[in-house]
Amino acid sequence: MNDIIISLFASAGFDKSAQGLAGAGRRLATELGGQLRAIVIGAGADSLASEVARVADTVTVADQAELAEYQPEICLSALVHLCGELSPRAVLLAGDTYSQEIAPRLAYRLGGSAVGDGVEVRMEGEALRVSRQVYGGKAQAVLELKRTPAVVWLRARAFAPAVPRPEAGEITRAALNIQADTRTRIVERKREEGGDVRLEEARVIVSGGRGIGGPEPFESELKPLADLLGAQMAASRAACDAGWVPPTWQVGQTGKKVTPELYLGIAITGASQHMAGISEAKVIAAVNTDSDAPIFKHSRFGIVEDYRKVVPLLREKLAALQK
Amino acid sequence: MNILVCLKQILDPEIPARDFRVDSVKREAERGSATLVTNIFCENALETALQLRERVSTAKITVLSFGQPSAEDSLRKALAMKADAAALVVGDGNTNPDPLTVAHVLAAAIAKLGTFDLIMVGREAGDWGAGQTGGLIAEELELPCVSFVDRIESANGHLRLKRQTDTGWEMLEAEPPVVLTVTNDEHNVPRIPKVRDVMMSYRQPLTKWTLDDLGIKADEARAGNAYYEVSDLSIPQKETRCEFVTGDTLDEKVEAFARRIIEVTGAL
Repeated sequence: MNDIIISLFASAGFDKSAQGLAGAGRRLATELGGQLRAIVIGAGADSLASEVARVADTVTVADQAELAEYQPEICLSALVHLCGELSPRAVLLAGDTYSQEIAPRLAYRLGGSAVGDGVEVRMEGEALRVSRQVYGGKAQAVLELKRTPAVVWLRARAFAPAVPRPEAGEITRAALNIQADTRTRIVERKREEGGDVRLEEARVIVSGGRGIGGPEPFESELKPLADLLGAQMAASRAACDAGWVPPTWQVGQTGKKVTPELYLGIAITGASQHMAGISEAKVIAAVNTDSDAPIFKHSRFGIVEDYRKVVPLLREKLAALQK
Repeated sequence: MNILVCLKQILDPEIPARDFRVDSVKREAERGSATLVTNIFCENALETALQLRERVSTAKITVLSFGQPSAEDSLRKALAMKADAAALVVGDGNTNPDPLTVAHVLAAAIAKLGTFDLIMVGREAGDWGAGQTGGLIAEELELPCVSFVDRIESANGHLRLKRQTDTGWEMLEAEPPVVLTVTNDEHNVPRIPKVRDVMMSYRQPLTKWTLDDLGIKADEARAGNAYYEVSDLSIPQKETRCEFVTGDTLDEKVEAFARRIIEVTGAL
């Protein structure tokens, strides 16, 4: 009952999220004197398993053809089965779509408690406590999970990665025979352009808000700037809701939670819901016409000017400086 | 087709941070001068349902809320947006029941209201943002669940659901009954009800139940804090001092700004 499980979907590989998840899991397992056990599921699970084995004590590969591509009901049943057999103190997941979808239901079926978007998870005596932002990032709450196992999806990239161990953990294949559930099935999967590098993994992000004014400047002004900086593009909810850019670009409380080295917010006011998505960014910089815009309160440096004047000139200056 | 949409009334999340206070003893937000509103994702869910009904004329939409007596206003607004029926479960005064309690109460109310093809909730609420109600209702009712849906098509009793993912979107086929959590997109921005319809909505029937009416003991519902408990709530004090770049001309300012950017990215 002192073991920690980390549950990983193989499609993302051993990315920054998975590494952070392993780091958080290892620290918790050490506090409890338990083992760090990983479950990997989906196509590519074997190559992920060998990477995860460097940091985990055991790795279980869910082995069933029907699990190669994520389907909500059968993946949930498989995880319930695998987690149930290991009787963990906690099951940790990353913040991807599938993990978010599954976490509360997994907790329910295991008789545990779930909480999401954890930025800290720790033991205080017997109690397992998770910190998370609430009220759109205006407040921070500590929640004590009363049931076991605690099922927690984490803002995993915010956690320091696990240190590789001298001996690789043991990899086992669990042959499963979970019955398919045809009540729901994913029949088409579409990656948006730019969805190849996940925003959550980006080191530099150029992001636009309502003040950008329409879809064209994202393409004509912000995109060339992002290219110069090797940055990913993102946007505020207002810009996504207006249909200027795809919803996958949305950063904030209900969008992506990003952790870049530099987040350049352009014509973004910086409502707390937006800032909640970038609270773990190393440096925030902003361009805005309003010096009282809340984004400046979180910015290391800023410029109070119309982005239409700033961005073209900024591209010139950056290009010159990069030479 | 019977559609049920759950609505949560919350403290207006748009209130500026400087006006936001928490009661650290009760571990909840102070009401202050903030208004109460319907959670935006719940309204996105209702709007998605209303648009579905425009295409499926037999569809009937029931809205349901579990909360304080004031949550009636959220339901009245939904009626003004042209939901067909409304029901309110008034809580026992616990203003922040945990997600399992909420799901347990809503599931009991749904069972009492009838049978539904679609049960829709917002992906999360703008106050505590737990994002668990949909999944837990599905478990309570032993139904499948699809999250982050933004569009629904229905043909011959089959559903086609479009949902958002980290990297794009997915299309699902589903057989009702199913539980959906709904997220925002450009197509489901909630309609604004007419003032006249809001006034008229207060004359429409609205079912009101207590926990007793659902066969749930209040202390049992409170004991739902056996799921999780808020052990601390605080406002983080972290403000960065922003250095506004200076210069006599725009050119100088942008040059300074560019240099600061390179200081960060040059090291990468």
